[in-house]
Amino acid sequence: MNRDEAAGPLLSARDVAVSFPVGSRVAARIRGEEHRLRAVDGVDMEMRRGEALALVGESGSGKSTLAQALAGLQRPDRGEIRFDGRVLPASRSRADRRRIQMVFQDPYSSLNPRLTVGGMLRELLRVHHVVPANRVATFSAELLALVGLAETDLAAYPRQFSGGQRQRVAIARALALRPDVLVADEPVSALDVSVQATILNLLRNLRDDLGLTLLLISHNLAVVRHLCDRVAVMYLGRIVEVAPTEQIFSAPRHPYTRALLAAIPRMTEGAADGSVPAIAGDPPSPLRIPAGCRFRTRCPMAQPRCAAEDPALAEAPGDAGHLAACHFAFVPAVDGETGT
Amino acid sequence: MSAETILEVRDLRVRIASRRGLVRAVDGVSFDVPRGGALGLVGESGSGKTMTLRAILGVLPPEAQITSGEIRLDGVDLVQLRGSDVNRLRGPKMAMIFQEPMGALNPVMRVGWQIAEGPQVHLGLSRGRAAERALELMRRVGIPDPERRFRAYPHEFSGGMRQRVMIAIALSCDPEIILCDEPTTALDVTIQDQILRLLTRLCRESGVSLVFVTHDLPVVAQVCRDVAVMYGGQLVERGEVREVLLDPRHPYTLGLVRSAPDFEYVRESLVPIPGSPPSLVSPPSGCRFHPRCAFAEDDCRTSETPLRPLPGVPGGRSTACLHYERTLEAVEADRARP
Repeated sequence: MNRDEAAGPLLSARDVAVSFPVGSRVAARIRGEEHRLRAVDGVDMEMRRGEALALVGESGSGKSTLAQALAGLQRPDRGEIRFDGRVLPASRSRADRRRIQMVFQDPYSSLNPRLTVGGMLRELLRVHHVVPANRVATFSAELLALVGLAETDLAAYPRQFSGGQRQRVAIARALALRPDVLVADEPVSALDVSVQATILNLLRNLRDDLGLTLLLISHNLAVVRHLCDRVAVMYLGRIVEVAPTEQIFSAPRHPYTRALLAAIPRMTEGAADGSVPAIAGDPPSPLRIPAGCRFRTRCPMAQPRCAAEDPALAEAPGDAGHLAACHFAFVPAVDGETGT
Repeated sequence: MSAETILEVRDLRVRIASRRGLVRAVDGVSFDVPRGGALGLVGESGSGKTMTLRAILGVLPPEAQITSGEIRLDGVDLVQLRGSDVNRLRGPKMAMIFQEPMGALNPVMRVGWQIAEGPQVHLGLSRGRAAERALELMRRVGIPDPERRFRAYPHEFSGGMRQRVMIAIALSCDPEIILCDEPTTALDVTIQDQILRLLTRLCRESGVSLVFVTHDLPVVAQVCRDVAVMYGGQLVERGEVREVLLDPRHPYTLGLVRSAPDFEYVRESLVPIPGSPPSLVSPPSGCRFHPRCAFAEDDCRTSETPLRPLPGVPGGRSTACLHYERTLEAVEADRARP
């Protein structure tokens, strides 16, 4: 790798779309629905080396599917994923797959119950030729030390560990291939609060120590605020806003981001007083994505223009780091026009 | 018991038979819920909060048993009642809302009739009147287009809508108290916000009391006035929500608050609680938290630690910690830091 490449984004996606076939073609035509569920529907994004980017949004927004497409576990219908300046082919070579590794939400189902931790790591290290055969044992022990487990745990089966320890094993397994990017899909949602803290601290330390690039998928915005430099908000298969963490939380520009932030229960605030919720209604089904702006059906400031034109993800004037996909995101004082 | 108290739990003990021995899932829990009040019960998995709730409802798993204690609902001790008599109370006196509404709803029965079932059975309404009542309830819980949705099946509903159906069922017989077990844990934060607001509004309008079990501290702060913190089958602290969460007087509560990332207050690093939860087959002697506690002293290993009122603090604030001043000092030290 030369210097010039290192300066560009490490991982980027351009117009990536992933869809899944659902039901029968005939039934879909009768109901007037689409035959394919557009889980990710044209996403552009970039990650710099060493940064931690969060992907947030409601369930069904496509964040996990996007992450899987980036990790090469899901074949995109269209678009292009670049790693270190090079376009990754749809079927990736073993060496390419090594670069991006994933940690999943449920540490109970993502580990092979019939393999000891040592066996699991040995297999990986052998298949990918990460270290010479005579170094496998010491490297495995180093990996466990890195995630805060003991060398003796190499002989243990997943069932002998608690949830938090299993998640450490899963992280060790991902790190075994010395990836550049770690994709963590809701890594602490299945864990108790006191255990969550240990895993979040571990991820943070690994980032600092190994210079890992981290893509964190989480519905918990407090976790995101704690761990990430930038946040991308997804809604119905699209990224609707991207900005540095503190900026997006203090000055959100997209009405969906604003609603998402307002919905967070806060420790210091008065009890919910029965007033109007932050956002009404359920998100539409990804089988019936509204035309125009896809958020308009739940948007408090929707205009006729929103039904006609699909807003593109655009930069804030004078701030290339803050992007939002809303016609009115960067219009100052729209109050006069938005009377509903 | 005063007329102002709807639910009174005294020294409740629940044992579960397991291969490893008797699990003391709930071990001497006492609390009151005032009429129209809302009590949050928080703790991690295995702390006994769900078992406490199920004991009150009379829906313990077959291998679990209440070994002692009293559960007085509106003056009647549920522990002494036969199962069929408790069944009669479930609906008109107490109702429940579970975490996973799909598991609690009948998948092959139309939603409207599931809401109408309670009023038919418990209030003796005719089929037609019960259906009218169901429609009205569906409107109250914000299900759009209730006439059409009445005939839908649960699988046709989203998670949030299913939880609204559960709330409608819970309210259908005008209960005195609703027991909720993590009702919003499976929902998105935007839908959670809708459901929490709906629940608090409906309870205030109809004067229903709430017991709200959750592991999520900010959620408790949204819904409840009072909170009781559970650890290892026992209550360790109790008081007004914001006082307990912002100014804890038990090292376990402090540990919970310090380990949870807070949206408004970003810490440099989170402080996990060391060690792991105690075995409830052979729990530690004395205070159950002492093996994980930074402030533990000799007497913590030997003395029993029931919940005691904090001297000089009004509002029923109590703690089980013998050395709660140490927690107070730690909280003040935290606060002094920028």
